[in-house]
Amino acid sequence: MGPGMLRLLLKGLAPPLTEPVPAPSEVALRELAGAVDRAARGTLGRSLSIRHVDAGSCNGCELEIHALNNAIYNIERFGIRFVASPRHADVLLVTGPVTKNMREALQRTYDATPHPKWVVALGDCARDGGCFAGSPAVIGGVSKVVPVDLHIAGCPPPPIEILRGLLALLQPGTR
Amino acid sequence: MAAATLTDVILAGAPVPHHGPWPRVVVRPEGWADATELLAEGRATLLGLWGDGGWMHMALAGGENDIGVLSLECVGGRYPSVGQRHRPALRLERAARDLFGLEPEGNPDARPWLDHGVWGVRHPLGSPAKTTDAAPPYPFLTAEGEGLHQIAVGPVHAGIIEPGHFRFTANGETIVRLEERLGYVHKGIEGLMAGADLDRAARLAGRVSGDSTVAYGLAFARAVEAAWHADVPPRAVWLRALMAELERLANHLGDIGEICNDAAFALMHAHTGVLRERVLRASDLAFGHRLMRDRIVPGGLAGDIAEGGPAAIRALVDEIARVFPALVELYDDTASLRDRTVTTGTLDPALALEYGAGGYVGRASGRDADARRSPGYPPYDELAFAVPSREAGDVDARVWIRIEEVTESLSLVRQILDRLPAGPVRADPAPPPSIREGMAIVEGFRGDILVWVRTGADGRVERCHLRDPSWFQWPLLEAVVEGNIVADFPLCNKSFNCSYSGHDL
Ligand code: SF4
Repeated sequence: MGPGMLRLLLKGLAPPLTEPVPAPSEVALRELAGAVDRAARGTLGRSLSIRHVDAGSCNGCELEIHALNNAIYNIERFGIRFVASPRHADVLLVTGPVTKNMREALQRTYDATPHPKWVVALGDCARDGGCFAGSPAVIGGVSKVVPVDLHIAGCPPPPIEILRGLLALLQPGTR
Repeated sequence: MAAATLTDVILAGAPVPHHGPWPRVVVRPEGWADATELLAEGRATLLGLWGDGGWMHMALAGGENDIGVLSLECVGGRYPSVGQRHRPALRLERAARDLFGLEPEGNPDARPWLDHGVWGVRHPLGSPAKTTDAAPPYPFLTAEGEGLHQIAVGPVHAGIIEPGHFRFTANGETIVRLEERLGYVHKGIEGLMAGADLDRAARLAGRVSGDSTVAYGLAFARAVEAAWHADVPPRAVWLRALMAELERLANHLGDIGEICNDAAFALMHAHTGVLRERVLRASDLAFGHRLMRDRIVPGGLAGDIAEGGPAAIRALVDEIARVFPALVELYDDTASLRDRTVTTGTLDPALALEYGAGGYVGRASGRDADARRSPGYPPYDELAFAVPSREAGDVDARVWIRIEEVTESLSLVRQILDRLPAGPVRADPAPPPSIREGMAIVEGFRGDILVWVRTGADGRVERCHLRDPSWFQWPLLEAVVEGNIVADFPLCNKSFNCSYSGHDL
């Protein structure tokens, strides 16, 4: 490939591609404002380090989390990044109905995340088990295992809604 | 005496009425043994093996459209293991033992597979028995030898991926053995299916593996339609294929970039990520959901394509066709990238054949199979497309299969848009007055998905089995990483991209 082609490819990723900054989700702001144990959970800085935990998802939610990293949503411009270890995380982003086979791993990941920490339950399954509720192999929503600060609805929630939910976490008024 | 062909075994069995489109026959233990020998000798391919009350069913393909389901009554809850002669059946038998309590006599692996000991119940789909025991430790295979060490990874991984456990035995940097442990995201989908009405069952099917929601929706709908002899309006048939090809495009584009990213080449990832996003947006505009979930229902579609949909999809394929060749050139010309993918994670064609590996995993190792072509289903019989296949079997070959399939899907999308029939998109099928059974095989982006369904006189699902292509790919990942360095595992893994959820169910 010639250098011309490479330049073209690099140029194709320049800013006009990027989605404008969305407003934080109103629903998320309300849920965060109503959280009772806010003081106990501590406060967040200007950035979010997120550890993702799939606790039983169909993998649809994961696809849309992945999309946040593409050049269109470019989530790092908001100071939001995904980290590889719970020890470096201040937010756990949990997907799926929690399966019985994943309960212990979720609990351990939560325990390994230092305070202050926030838990975001992503997707309809993470709220209440979604269409898997009632299965003997499933516990249900994430809040049945660890305390949840914020729910983001959808099956899966589109990236823009995930972003708006996470931006609500970063709003000074909500901490 | 070994039977000559699958047809002989089927003819010797007692046909079960109301099963379509392929025959299902009840066989005696001899017929089961004959079929097992056919598999062991490589004269038939195992398509599925699943429990159903006190029965085991086995779906096989003996050749072009020579497909059948054999059913064996498990007297005393036991049946002769197929896996003891044909390895691809091993995990399926362990799963059926966990769920139904049916014992595969002769299966050398007595360990549970999906049941991690924490359900509070044993054999949830058979005769459930409450348990209170704490989870027993899982005995991994032991490795003894000079300088060997074990590395345990997961179930939670360092990245945005599904959970599973990998136990590596390594000699220095080199992987001597990988042992997978799966089942973490087992949701009991087949249990939830039992008794579900068609709407709910279709929604569950569309959530077996989110990345293949269209393919699963299609497979479930086709299985019901086969059982009920239900007609689907032509426009719906063509729009289903349109969605299936968009899903294939989205996954291939995303994964090509992810694979390159795991080979430390981020530029490709950046570009394919944008193209994937464009596919999802066009899909959203055309069908009202980025992943096109819950659009396919038995009898047709939940709704027609939006008015601006065809134009948006045409613009999409034009854009991909404009950008993609440069990306292919970039892949081809980047030596540092090809250094990582060529000769890495090589799958022996003989193994691909033995396991009946579907999708790019099989096709990159010479297994020239695609369910759209054989057994085939409409409208693909009226469309022109090539099924790429290669022999090298390495990460590079799997990337090239994906690349070539992107091109084919672009062409298919155009052909479909050019010839999209007019008319309604849904013909609500009337439930038959009695028990019916149907099976469907559909080509998802990852390979062939099998769905088998039985509905009762009330039109509800009695039993539904959904077999993800990953069942016949996960074991091969164990094989291909042997002799590779530990650092290349993520690359090998991504080039397979097996579904955890689809497998764990
Ligand atoms: S919310 Fe939907 S996309 Fe997310 S895990 Fe559940 S079924 Fe899958």
